[in-house]
Amino acid sequence: MAYQFEFADVFAYWPELLRGALHTLVLSGLAMVIGMVVAVLGALGKTSGPRWLQWILDAYIEVIRNTPFLIQIFMIYFGLPAAGVRLSSETAALLALVVNVGAYGIEIIRAGIESISKGQIEAGKSLGLRPLQIFRYIILKPSIQAIYPSLTSQFILLMLNSSVCSAIAAGELTAAAGDIQSRNFRSFEVYFVVTCMYFAMSVLFWGAFAAIERAWLRKPSLR
Amino acid sequence: MAMPQAATAPGPDSPGSELGDVIIEMKKVNKWYGTFHVLHDVDLQVRRGERIVICGPSGSGKSTLIRCLNQLEEHQQGEIVVDGVTLNAHMPRIDVVRREIGMVFQSFNLFPHLTALENCMLAPMKVRGLSREEAERIARTYLERVHIPEQAGKFPVQLSGGQQQRVAIARSLCMNPKIMLFDEATSALDPEMVNEVLDVMVSLAESGMTMLVVTHEMGFARRVADRVIFMDAGEIVESAPPSQFFANPQNERTRQFLGQILSGNRTPAPA
Repeated sequence: MAYQFEFADVFAYWPELLRGALHTLVLSGLAMVIGMVVAVLGALGKTSGPRWLQWILDAYIEVIRNTPFLIQIFMIYFGLPAAGVRLSSETAALLALVVNVGAYGIEIIRAGIESISKGQIEAGKSLGLRPLQIFRYIILKPSIQAIYPSLTSQFILLMLNSSVCSAIAAGELTAAAGDIQSRNFRSFEVYFVVTCMYFAMSVLFWGAFAAIERAWLRKPSLR
Repeated sequence: MAMPQAATAPGPDSPGSELGDVIIEMKKVNKWYGTFHVLHDVDLQVRRGERIVICGPSGSGKSTLIRCLNQLEEHQQGEIVVDGVTLNAHMPRIDVVRREIGMVFQSFNLFPHLTALENCMLAPMKVRGLSREEAERIARTYLERVHIPEQAGKFPVQLSGGQQQRVAIARSLCMNPKIMLFDEATSALDPEMVNEVLDVMVSLAESGMTMLVVTHEMGFARRVADRVIFMDAGEIVESAPPSQFFANPQNERTRQFLGQILSGNRTPAPA
């Protein structure tokens, strides 16, 4: 007997799906912005911070990159209360995403910083710029230009990874989908629609990244 | 030690009696890269307005010498005083000394993400605290002085090597430095672009700027230098006014070097 596709049962829940998608967008967008700050500061610390700070950052990066994201979420949501820090599922999800993307971001931006030639830094020094000014005005932008594709790929991964946050009922798209299919028993249809929605959100983010590149990182071309 | 003594810095009888007070003083400066002794008991005195050309074979320490003056390299022994400030490694505010010393590099080192104009404006704004308008006015003045005002809006990759180096010179001049250092500023240029950069350097020399120029352009040395210094193996071997330096070098190593470089020199000395 052939399976009868019944998408009408899914679209009946359209407002819930949209709310979930919006949640995913906000959660991912916030995590990207805060994660970027973590990544830039962390990369600065790793390339020119004191030895003890580099050691701490190394430990952070290695722990995060070598453990499952789901476990990281559980540690923050179920583990932190044991230390007296109780977070809502939304805050825990955001924190987990930031902590996760920060670790990868530090390594990506560090690679960008290391691609800057020593001559650039010497030029900055000889003009009398101070170390933080050199980082901010001379190193930062060309570094990000150099690694922009890796960085944006990591951000897309972050957005897709946010689906794991459904495990702590963070109310994003995957959690909404789980909720709906448990009520209408149309799991295939629900997840098919949700797949399309994730894909659409990826396209949306790629578009935004391309716009940022054009507006801020536009590389001069020969004229 | 059995090493020959470096020639002493010239006294008040050296040329250019219109020169001012001493602005750079190096005393028995030594530097090692690991076990390689790159500067060996270097003594050098430079007076305000003096134009010095430093030449010598590669690895002789000439670049290292001028890089010690703004502490891009630190020296391990001896004393360096620049405009009254004694330099040492780990000075907390070395940037205060550096902002008064312009430096032009062999590889230009323009900031690729900034236009020519912005390259020139960055330090005046961030280091001197000038307003954007004031920094831009100064930047345009100096871009004009290096004959490329029309390239102000271009990015470094859109400029030729000669143009990039002239922007780099303008960028340094925008800080209104007391001293300009040139580290083989024309060595990376295609031959047809060497002269456009040398012309700018000559006019700067004629304006009375204190300059230390590491170069193999002996025509430039003849034309503008008050003193030519020859270095070999980390030592100042010879230091003399160009007329004397080229016509009657005292040291055998200088004679050998001049023999090699002048026979193959591509830029004839201007009349």
